[in-house]
Amino acid sequence: MNRFADLLDMLAFTPSRNAKLSLLQDYFRTVPDPERGYALAAIARDLDIPAVKPAQLRELIASRMDAELFGYSYDYVGDLAETIALAWPEKADIRPGRNDAPGLAEVVETLQASSRREGPGLVEAWLDRLDPPGRYALLKLVTGGFRMGLSSRLIKQALAAFGKVEVNEIEELWHGLTPPYADLFAWLEGSGPKPVNAGAAPFRPVMLSHAIDARDFEKLDPADFAAEWKWDGIRVQATSERGISRLYTRTGDDISAAFPDLVDAIAFDGALDGELLVARPSGGGIETGSFSDLQQRLNRKTVTARQLRDHPAFFRAYDLLQDGAEDLRAAPFAGRRLRLEAFVSGLNPERFDCSEMLAFDSWDELAARRADPPLAVIEGVMIKRKAAPYLPGRPKGEWFKWKRDPFLIDAVLMYAQRGHGKRSGFYSDYTFGVWREPGELVPVGKAYFGFTDEELVAIDKYVRNNTIERFGPVRSVRAGPDTGLVFEVAFEGIARSSRHKSGVAMRFPRINRLRWDKPPGEADRLETLEHMIDGVE
Amino acid sequence: MKPEDLLIPRREGLYCPPGDFFIDPVRGVDRALITHGHADHARAGHGHVLATSETLDIMAIRYGADHAGATQAAGLGETIRIGDVTVTFHPAGHVLGSAQIAVERDGMRIVASGDYKPRPDPTCATFEPVACDVFITEATFALPVFRHPDAADEIQRLLRSVSRNPERAHLVGVYSLGKAQRVIRLIRDAGYHRPLYIHGALQKLCDYYESQGIALGDLRPATVDAGAKGDFAGAIVLGPPSAFGDKWARRFPDPLVSFASGWMQVRARARQRGVELPLVISDHADWDELADTIETVAPGEVWVTHGREEALVRWCAMHGIPAKPLHLVGYEDEGD
Ligand SMILES: [Zn+2]
Repeated sequence: MNRFADLLDMLAFTPSRNAKLSLLQDYFRTVPDPERGYALAAIARDLDIPAVKPAQLRELIASRMDAELFGYSYDYVGDLAETIALAWPEKADIRPGRNDAPGLAEVVETLQASSRREGPGLVEAWLDRLDPPGRYALLKLVTGGFRMGLSSRLIKQALAAFGKVEVNEIEELWHGLTPPYADLFAWLEGSGPKPVNAGAAPFRPVMLSHAIDARDFEKLDPADFAAEWKWDGIRVQATSERGISRLYTRTGDDISAAFPDLVDAIAFDGALDGELLVARPSGGGIETGSFSDLQQRLNRKTVTARQLRDHPAFFRAYDLLQDGAEDLRAAPFAGRRLRLEAFVSGLNPERFDCSEMLAFDSWDELAARRADPPLAVIEGVMIKRKAAPYLPGRPKGEWFKWKRDPFLIDAVLMYAQRGHGKRSGFYSDYTFGVWREPGELVPVGKAYFGFTDEELVAIDKYVRNNTIERFGPVRSVRAGPDTGLVFEVAFEGIARSSRHKSGVAMRFPRINRLRWDKPPGEADRLETLEHMIDGVE
Repeated sequence: MKPEDLLIPRREGLYCPPGDFFIDPVRGVDRALITHGHADHARAGHGHVLATSETLDIMAIRYGADHAGATQAAGLGETIRIGDVTVTFHPAGHVLGSAQIAVERDGMRIVASGDYKPRPDPTCATFEPVACDVFITEATFALPVFRHPDAADEIQRLLRSVSRNPERAHLVGVYSLGKAQRVIRLIRDAGYHRPLYIHGALQKLCDYYESQGIALGDLRPATVDAGAKGDFAGAIVLGPPSAFGDKWARRFPDPLVSFASGWMQVRARARQRGVELPLVISDHADWDELADTIETVAPGEVWVTHGREEALVRWCAMHGIPAKPLHLVGYEDEGD
């Protein structure tokens, strides 16, 4: 448990992505099977063990220590598992390295072979044999309380780097594998064959585009390319095989459970690449909803009958990767597109349609269409080489995205937070606001990008010289009608949001320009943003 | 005589009416007895100061030689008469020169322990329990969640991180009095003898510890003159934690921020400070040590001050020891 506890602690405190990758690789290299496999499953949240409830943990600690002392401790620490881990009364002197501490594999395998009722008793006995970091890891493991902030992509990249294989190979295999992944590790270490994907409906690594540059057009012949709208939904893959249907994000996360309405409508054998959007209920066919409609369905583990009725999900198909037993990925885009149209015509028209192709003879003509999209939930156009096969990753020169021009507002810097890694020591993360009333700024977004290193130094200096309050790593910056720093902020979209104090949420805000010249009193008002939303909807 | 006739809290600090002096007063008074050199206990501007010679030296380094009208050094174990009372200084094991002060009259003895830690520390004399009627204890880490691990093990974690990240500079936050020198000494005891780089704020006190026979090895200023940015790759740099959010920290390659403090036990505190490698090293007694000390000293009564008084008072109640919180103001957690 100690090695796993160390890994958790280091992952939790390390801000840098590269450092996390190397920590994971070191762990895979130095820890044997099956322990490394269970650790991998735990951090990827793929571990199925009977959970112990917080109320059961409270009972455990109440049987071991004074309730009043525990109360003071919990008030101070604020996290139940951490408080119990630290305050657990040790029976004997438990030192790091004590050799009867239970290992991760012992814990997982014992729990898997036990009933839910036996859980608390097992946990109590283990707590007596572990040191505080080990107890913390155990309690987080049995309560399912990991919030590591590690994406499944990062975990797969660590595996790929560890085994010196392509991350796409891991992604294709991933959903057919089960903990503790001995076959996967054997292959990655070169001591076993590549596992055969036993799972039905595997994920296929997706093809991504490059942002197009004005200079690119000179080199590209319009006749070689097809174009279609770029929809501002979620890029997904709908896959079905042997009666198993799944919906994956572009990073291979299985989100089937959140969209049962769409998954139930998958009545084909194959794999489609497309955009998940929500419809506004209408008689037959699909009326595309806005991005705020889509937000009603995002970030939810479960979905209510009402959400299913008011915001039905649908799939706008871009590409056909697999048709029955036939893998189409090596075929050119133009050929796949013809197959796609035939394929989708046989599907439920309330749940599936084809992305419309945009006819054009010149780049200027396409530019005109891009400037005037029929719906606000379109964020630009996609340009695809007709001859391009479907290649995983982001191959050069095949697919381009040409985004609509961003929205722009002027906003005032309100708070600044110290950055990490290369930017540590600098105030580099900014919260900015607009005027709600004269004299009252309301925060509307955060930005971390969009300035040069020199500008960063200048903003950092400004923050330090104009701090009015500090809370931990955050400084509140002087901001009034006459004193303050104005940012021109660019963003891709805007929607209403009940989670934000201002009632609005921006998509992808970044700093476009520093407006040292502009008096903060002339920055935008919240009304302006609200009008933008009305325009979008 | 009641104990309150011998020592009583006042706005300025703990006051002894029959001796007419204060212990660790937070503002200038005529006669002050000082337990140790941390800024919240030792202030400038008193008329007369009685303290250990090390504490007097440290006050002179921090505030200048004229920090008080007059000073007198108290030897450990030496009995000193002040008016109708006698006082004795005993080692507190907190930082170099730290002492508990025993105040006695007519067979009644109160021990004001200041800040203390019972576990051995190579940079100062070890805490000595003193039998007494009233024991005044600190409560900085008086919650059952605070159990300081072995400091040598924490230093091993630091050294492992250094060898795992040879391209990064490790910035270790340490308070300038006590923690800095103890961490340096522990690093040396772990067999690390490469140069250590220190922030200017640590220099004088490190020099002073050296002069008192505490060898700290090769210490170099952490200035750019000392080398180009790349030269700090793989180095250990020590400085006051307040310097790390500042321009000073930017000279180091991909800095890995660490902090040696008892507060690092709690994850949220480490994260708030942006600490990547929390080291739980404290110069205060932890929960078990507070309890053990009270049991060893076995006083008739316990007075609890600065920190989490309520939890320690509760513990005393559970063990049948009369206890009350002493509400002294003005003490912060420097040097934790
Ligand atoms: Zn102190």
